Amino acid sequence: MRRNMTVATILTNVFVSLIFVFSLGCTKKQQQSSETSKKSSQQNLETNDTILIGAVLSLTGPEATFGISTKNAIELSFEQKNKEGGVLGKKLKLITLDNQSKPEESAIAITKLITQDNVVAVLGEVASSRSIAMAPIAQSNKIPMLSTASTNPKVTELGDFIFRTSFIDPFQGPVLARFVFENLKMKKVAIFKDVKNDYSIGLSQFFKEKFVELGGQIISEQSYSAGDMDFKAQLTAIRSAKPEFVYLPGYYTDVGLILRQARELGIKVPFGGGDGWDSPKLFEIGGKATEGGYFSNHYSPEAEDPFVQSFVKEYEAKYGTVPDALAALGYDSGIIMIEALKNSKSLAGTDIRDALAKTSKIKGVTGIITFNSQRNPIKSAVIIKIEDGKQKYVTTIDPS
Amino acid sequence: MWTYLKRQQAYLILGVFLVVLSFIHTHISPYLRQLLILSGINIILANGLNLISGITGQLSLGHAGFMAIGAYASAYLSVFVTGPESFAFLLNILAGGCLAGFFGFILGLPTLRLKGDYLAIVTLGFSEMIRVILLNMDSVGGARGLPQIPHNTDLIWTAGAVGLSLIFIYRMMKSYIGRAFLAIRENELAAQSCGINITKYKVISFTSGAFLAGIAGALFAHQLSYINPSIFGFIKSFEILIMIVLGGLGSLSGATLAAIILTFLPEALRPLQQITQIDFRMIIYSSLLIVMMLTRPSGLLGKRELWDFKIFGAFRRS
Repeated sequence: MRRNMTVATILTNVFVSLIFVFSLGCTKKQQQSSETSKKSSQQNLETNDTILIGAVLSLTGPEATFGISTKNAIELSFEQKNKEGGVLGKKLKLITLDNQSKPEESAIAITKLITQDNVVAVLGEVASSRSIAMAPIAQSNKIPMLSTASTNPKVTELGDFIFRTSFIDPFQGPVLARFVFENLKMKKVAIFKDVKNDYSIGLSQFFKEKFVELGGQIISEQSYSAGDMDFKAQLTAIRSAKPEFVYLPGYYTDVGLILRQARELGIKVPFGGGDGWDSPKLFEIGGKATEGGYFSNHYSPEAEDPFVQSFVKEYEAKYGTVPDALAALGYDSGIIMIEALKNSKSLAGTDIRDALAKTSKIKGVTGIITFNSQRNPIKSAVIIKIEDGKQKYVTTIDPS
Repeated sequence: MWTYLKRQQAYLILGVFLVVLSFIHTHISPYLRQLLILSGINIILANGLNLISGITGQLSLGHAGFMAIGAYASAYLSVFVTGPESFAFLLNILAGGCLAGFFGFILGLPTLRLKGDYLAIVTLGFSEMIRVILLNMDSVGGARGLPQIPHNTDLIWTAGAVGLSLIFIYRMMKSYIGRAFLAIRENELAAQSCGINITKYKVISFTSGAFLAGIAGALFAHQLSYINPSIFGFIKSFEILIMIVLGGLGSLSGATLAAIILTFLPEALRPLQQITQIDFRMIIYSSLLIVMMLTRPSGLLGKRELWDFKIFGAFRRS
């Protein structure tokens, strides 16, 4: 009995060490086989009559409205193209996966799209945090990813397969600075920023740099934290500085409250912000206090451009609501992707990437889009004024 | 389990496990591999919390806070200090775990005199505090999060960590420390009158649980390659709590089983959402929990273990 046991122990020891060797040998072989299987799956796709494109979007969770507008708009652009006969005689098919507004779910979803569904390219996400979680996976699988609305400059720095449709914060801040200085002819500005929010800090920094460069003056800089309820102390300080304009780059929930309290304190000068102001909720929260505010945005549904008008009409007919900025960006992402697929040599990831990088002067809803060498778009922004509880289009400002 | 097995049986199981693992690692799709890694991370989290809440009976709602400490500490070391080498990765995981454990110790010492609801509130507050501090720390990216963490976590690392933590907890449960934990859960006063130093054992349990959460957080950060403070909100703590409640408070294999089920369930239900365009995932998920609580309030396995059931009795020495 005793001897048997030792023999068994030795045998299992040998067995275990053999397995170690075996598993080491296996890893290398597997890499080759996965490459060949990838190639064969791509060949399968090319013989098929549909092109599969993936999208990872927040269809549920706290930011569900972002994902749903984007998804609707991408589907609209694909549908229009399919009616015209598709791309290179093939129909486009969008597979949208939900990420519950979470970065970790986004990583799972994009892995599924690339490795299970074998999509040729991925669209999304809206929020920068989720795009950053997805980008390394797209990059390592060599599948191009086009983020629709992430404004953090970091996103496209993660790899040469990552593109975006929206302009970035270093562009949006200066746009309003130029508008305030040149169109409104105001020289003294106060800044009121959200210190917890990267978006807000970035915008105020770039606004300040441009405004000072143009010859204006920042006479007061105050800060708050998202979720605060009382802003009277900072607003009193702003009032005593007597600015002609207050730059308030925050999200609509805080902006609404701040505007209300500012009017109560008797600050009558106009306020302004960035695309974080773009929500019907702003008027619900801020009420009359929002009147006369200006903000920079990606597009305005009121722009006279016939291309914008036909998009707004078709979107409204299909989904029953006026498309917001995220829908406009989703639509443009669809258009850019279609154009790239048309110009691509094959449906391999690297070829689509090369075609995307060459994107130039594509007419979209949010302007005429050209990608620069950092894979960010060069395009125009619009300025919107709030009048009678509605967003009025003021002007379009081109990049300089 | 260990004590029930003869030595060569244990070797054999280890061998079979390694065959399966090497096969899985090389032959499954990256999607499934990612899910397996995530369920591994969830197993460590659930068992860490199970040690605190299930075995020692101290309700903690701050597990995500310890996970955040482990994730941030290890990610910071990997990004700014060491780089992506495997050996450095091992040290970084341990550093993340130790820092989380240290915070567990610091927090546990004064607060474990509290009982029940009060302790739950304090731990909840602690994890929110960690989140807000991280949100305001510019050196780790603040609200932007910390991107470009080396992608080091693979199935082998995760399986290793899961195996070691399960053995660690199992051994602890079977030792006098584990008996003391159980005594504290059943009746603190009685335990104290038997000469058990309640505070000491509570702190041991709390520190070990926090250490495991830190390890899981470190693995998580190196799996996703990106972390931001909002990932570690109190919802994450509740997700882990749901796992151990579903599996059965105090059951090692129950928590493990529930962690695997709850990682795979949302993915298994994904096609349903794609077809119907309605979010059935969350509806089914929550109704499952309600049905579960109505029919089996003590969880899937209750306080028992898988090998206590007759079907799995083969492993037992009869």
